[in-house]
This record gives sequence, C-alpha cells and structure tokens, in this order.
Amino acid sequence: MTDPTQPGSSPATAPPAPGRRIVIDPVTRVEGHGKVTLLLDADGRVQQARLHIVELRGFEQFIVGRPYWEVPVLVQRLCGICPVSHHLAACKALDRVVGAVPVPVAAERIRRLMHYGQIVQSHALHFFYLASPDLLLGFDADVAQRHIGGVAAAYPDVARQGVLLRKFGQEVIRITAGKRVHGTGSVPGGMNRAVGRDDRDALRAQVPQMLDWAEAAVDLAERLICGLPPAYAHFGDTPAAMLSLVGPRGALELYDGTLRVREADGRIADDGWSDWRYRDLIDEAVQPWSYMKFPYRRALGPDAGWYRVGPLARLQNCDHIPTPRAEARRQAFVAAHDGRLVHAVLATHWARMIELLHGVEVVAQLLDDPAILGGPLQASGPRQRGGVGVIEAPRGTLIHEYEVGDDDLIARCNLIVSTTHNNQAMNEAVRAVARQYLDGQTLTEPLLNHIEVAIRAYDPCLSCATHALGQMPLSVTLRDARGAVLDHVRRDPSGALHRGATPHPADGPA
Amino acid sequence: MSADAVPPLLVLAWGNPSRGDDALGPLLAERVQAYAARHLPPGRVEVLTDFQLHIEHALDLCGRQRVLLADAECGLAQPFAVRPLQPARGAALGSHALAPAALLQVCGDLYGQAPPTTLLGIRARQFQLGAPPSAQALADLASAWRWVRAWLRGTAPACPEPPTRVQA
Repeated sequence: MTDPTQPGSSPATAPPAPGRRIVIDPVTRVEGHGKVTLLLDADGRVQQARLHIVELRGFEQFIVGRPYWEVPVLVQRLCGICPVSHHLAACKALDRVVGAVPVPVAAERIRRLMHYGQIVQSHALHFFYLASPDLLLGFDADVAQRHIGGVAAAYPDVARQGVLLRKFGQEVIRITAGKRVHGTGSVPGGMNRAVGRDDRDALRAQVPQMLDWAEAAVDLAERLICGLPPAYAHFGDTPAAMLSLVGPRGALELYDGTLRVREADGRIADDGWSDWRYRDLIDEAVQPWSYMKFPYRRALGPDAGWYRVGPLARLQNCDHIPTPRAEARRQAFVAAHDGRLVHAVLATHWARMIELLHGVEVVAQLLDDPAILGGPLQASGPRQRGGVGVIEAPRGTLIHEYEVGDDDLIARCNLIVSTTHNNQAMNEAVRAVARQYLDGQTLTEPLLNHIEVAIRAYDPCLSCATHALGQMPLSVTLRDARGAVLDHVRRDPSGALHRGATPHPADGPA
Repeated sequence: MSADAVPPLLVLAWGNPSRGDDALGPLLAERVQAYAARHLPPGRVEVLTDFQLHIEHALDLCGRQRVLLADAECGLAQPFAVRPLQPARGAALGSHALAPAALLQVCGDLYGQAPPTTLLGIRARQFQLGAPPSAQALADLASAWRWVRAWLRGTAPACPEPPTRVQA
C-alpha cells in the first residue's frame, strides 16, 4: 500500500499558479466529512477544485494482525450505508485464501441475493433521502426543509414509496445476513446460514408492489432529470472513462464478473480483466492535501488516467441489462440521449433508479430459486497466500485485497472503495460546477449547495473512504494570491451562514 | 407492513449496549420483552430496539394504539422523566439518526397522523466505549421499570412529574 501520509510522488493534477483560494468545509448531507477548496487564477476564474479528505485513514492498518475470519465482520464498520458490499468483497477475497473458488451454488445465490438487497436499499436511500430533496424541492429551497422530511411533507407518496423500497432491501439483507445492518451471514468459503422459507415467502408477497414502485422511481428520476431547467442540462458535465465489472456478453453485473474500461467517447479500452489482475490495470497516486488516494489507469498515467465508477458508468459500460424491465429502461435512457454517452452528473440519479429496478428484478428471481433455502453452504480447498475480491457496490467498484500469513493473521490489506475511484472525477465535476456558478468573489449559499449536489450525485458517503473521526464546521475561506484571508464564511448544521469567523486551521495557505 | 396486523402497543428503545449508560434503552427493551412473554396476551405489544432512530421506524409506528419511545437521557435531575411527545417539523433529521419528534413528524407526513406517543428518558451520565452501565443508571432503570409496567397495563399516569434538569 502507498503511504498516504507522504507527499505524492505522482501528482494527479498539475499544481496551479498562485491565485485566490476558496474553501468549503465540510460538505453537508454527505455521510462523512469533506472540504472543498476552489483555486482561482489571477482573473478570478476557477482553475482547480480540490475535494479534501484530511482525516486519518486507518482501516487498512488496523486490519493487519487480525485473524482472517474476523475480517468480513470488521470491514463492515467502514460504512453504515453499504456494509454488505464490504462484507461480501472481503469474503470473495478470502474465498481464495481458504481455497473455496467457487463457493457452493446455494452460498453464491444467497450472497447474490444479499448483495442485490443492498443495491435496492442503498439506491433508495441515496435517491429518496439524499438527492430527491434537491431535485423535488429545488437546489435553492430552504435548507431547513431540503431533506427527506421536507419531501415527506410535500410529496408523501414519493417519500412513503422510497422508505418502503429501502425497507424491502433491508429485509432482504436481514433474511440473508441475519441483521439489517452489520450482519454476519457470509464467511470465507461460503455462507453460515440459508434463507428461511417463511422469510422468503413474506418477501415474495411484496415483490409485485416493489416492482411497481421501482418502475415509478425510474419514471420520477427520468421526469426530474429531463425536466431540469436548461441551465442544469450539463450540470457537472465531465467526460470520463468508465470502469466496472461486466458479466458474460457484456451484461450489467454487480456481484461477480470481469473488469471493463470504456473510454469517454464509447470505445472499449480494456475488457475481460480478471479481478485478481486489477493491479495490472490501475495504480494509485497520492496528494499531499488529501488522505484519499487517486487511482488511475496504468496505461495512461496519473494525469490522464482517471476514470468514473458507479451507476452512470455501469449503465453505459455494459452492453445490456439481463432483466427485462431494467433493460427496457436502459434502452430508453440511451434513446433519450440519442445514443451519445452521458457525462452530466445528475444523470447518475436516473441510472441509479434503473439499477434499483434491476435490483428488485434480480431479488425477485432469486426469491424464486429453491437453492437459497439450503444445501451445502461452505467449501474449502488448497490454502492460498492471498486473494482479491471485486464487487460493484452501490456507488461503484469496490476492491478488497488481502495477504494472510501461515499464522492465519492478515499480513497486508489494500482497499479501493468507490469514492476513491471517483476521487478525481468528483474534483473535475466540482470544478465544472464552480466555473458555472461562481460569480465574482462572493460565496453564496446556492453556490455551496450546487457543489454539494455534484458530490452527492456520486457519493453520499465519504466516511468509507476516509473513516473520519470527529466533525469539522462548515467554512468557506477566500484568500488572495499571497494567502491572506479576504473573506470567510462558516455554515453551521442548521444551515445558517456566519461571516467573519476564524478560518479552520486546515484552511491555511497551500 | 399492513397497519391492521400489528400489535396495538409498541415499545421502541434505542442505544448502544457497549457504551456505558447508553445501554439503558436496549436493557429496558429486554425487560419489556421478558415481561410481555409472561404477563401479557400474545400479540399485545411489539418490542423493537436499535442503536438509534431511523426514518424507517416511522413505518413501525403506523397503526399502533399507543407507542412508548425510550432512551438514555443526559442532564436529568430525577431518575427518569416521562412526557407526551408531539411531532415537530424542525427537529433534527438525517439519514442515519433523527430526533423522536422528527420521527413522529415523518410518520404523520407519510400516513396522515402519528399514534399517541410517550417519550421516556432514563437518567444517564457516562458513555465510555466498552464500559457497562453504571450502578446509578441501573437503579434509575429499576425506577423507570415500575412506571413502564403500568404503561403496559394501561394504568400509568401520563406524566408522573415533569423533567427537571441538572444545573450546569
């Protein structure tokens, strides 16, 4: 693993010329803490954007020395939104260590069911709880109302369907993992529990309603995105290559597949890469101003090799979706854009709801599969020194890699989470938005929220990438070319702006 | 999820069992569960416990005759405090946690009305990670438990005494 505490040897972006600096700290309604610095040139134009991740990253270190069988439970604490993804990625990596490739059919189906339940609950949370307040109530709506409670008040049917879709996904997780959050069902080599028949039947009865609501969610996302004012048509538009797993014949595949990279113009650059060869495909750079790593494609280097992961990338990287309703929606998405690849970040929410529909369809298929009710659940074979597990987490590709010693203790760990893959893509999106909405030298509430909207389109969850401890206040600092503070704004948790407060210590000159 | 199939009473208690006095909510839930199994008709009360309140808990409130929300509470002068809870739109609300009044507000927004709800706070002073609940907190839980049994039987006074705060 590279040491993120050391200055970067491979800069992901060229250093800017001296100019003014604007800092937004932290980003609200993102689960974790972030800070944005806008670097202006001498003409007041946004030259570079930096999404700072300055908290200590420690998970890869304290995993070392733990028994390997503890890891699938430990790593779930990386994230409260997508613990299942970490749980399963760790198990997939450690399956190789215990020689269980493949795991028994029943275990594979139950894990897959768990994972698609996770997709449903996380996508519902991301869209209905975190993004829909902006889209339904307006980017400039009162901060005090721009949350799921405000949506519940103004659009109770939408909110109720969102909450119930999420609960359905959580129940799928509960019957497979044992708990709605931080379950223990999957283990290296397979599963330690099958699905109960009563639990299965209870969820099956809900499937028709969930399919209808998932279709309605796609309708809503499509209507909201297509109905955006013209000024938002290219919001955060940042052409980027796309990385994701794909299944046989280029199918959308979220649990297990091979890696594919598609260029921003649509050409397939790399295809069919086995997950354990990921290091031949990508490497990671570091920056002195962030603890989050900057992955890049080895073939292109750190400056040009950044890429995007997540729903918008997956939907356009695959050739088809192997469930009928979602495939029809994918085709409609493509047709709505005249076949052109889409890089405007708000379209991510539309793609996300198509994946949610796909998730419900896959859950429905698996609930009909008798294999989930029992049979051999664990396998073993010749012991291996290490393993790699790659999975498509709700917000993008997730990579876990471990080496295990003869003493069964973890000797090395490397994690690349979706937020990390999207690190540079988010920086580029923030820069695009700031260039569009920064007017002069005044930092306004709408500007702050536009930037946050761009980040939230990628990821509500910075905590899994940084493992933040404590909280920082929201602060915005404007500095001149010499680093002197021209203006400073702090936004408190209630949304109120305070000018003239002391800048956060992290806001010092670059 | 059908509202007409749920038990009429709901006890929802929350807290982290591994953080000292924050375990009071889950401990109360255990007591209610055991008591209900021995002394209440089947299907009379549902007991839920969690680390914190989530928006999905609004679904659990739907269709109840009465709801008791219970949590450890800092700054109380007395062993426990009971007060009727009203929905509040401005109460703290997030995707990972929300205030009890915000939970009622979401329930009302989603379903037209929230059930009659009482908030029980049990005095708590220490929240160290890995620590057990303090002896004082367990004694306060025992005091609160007498009132909770009466609430389960439907004979509890709505508000035995208003909460008073410890002077800073």
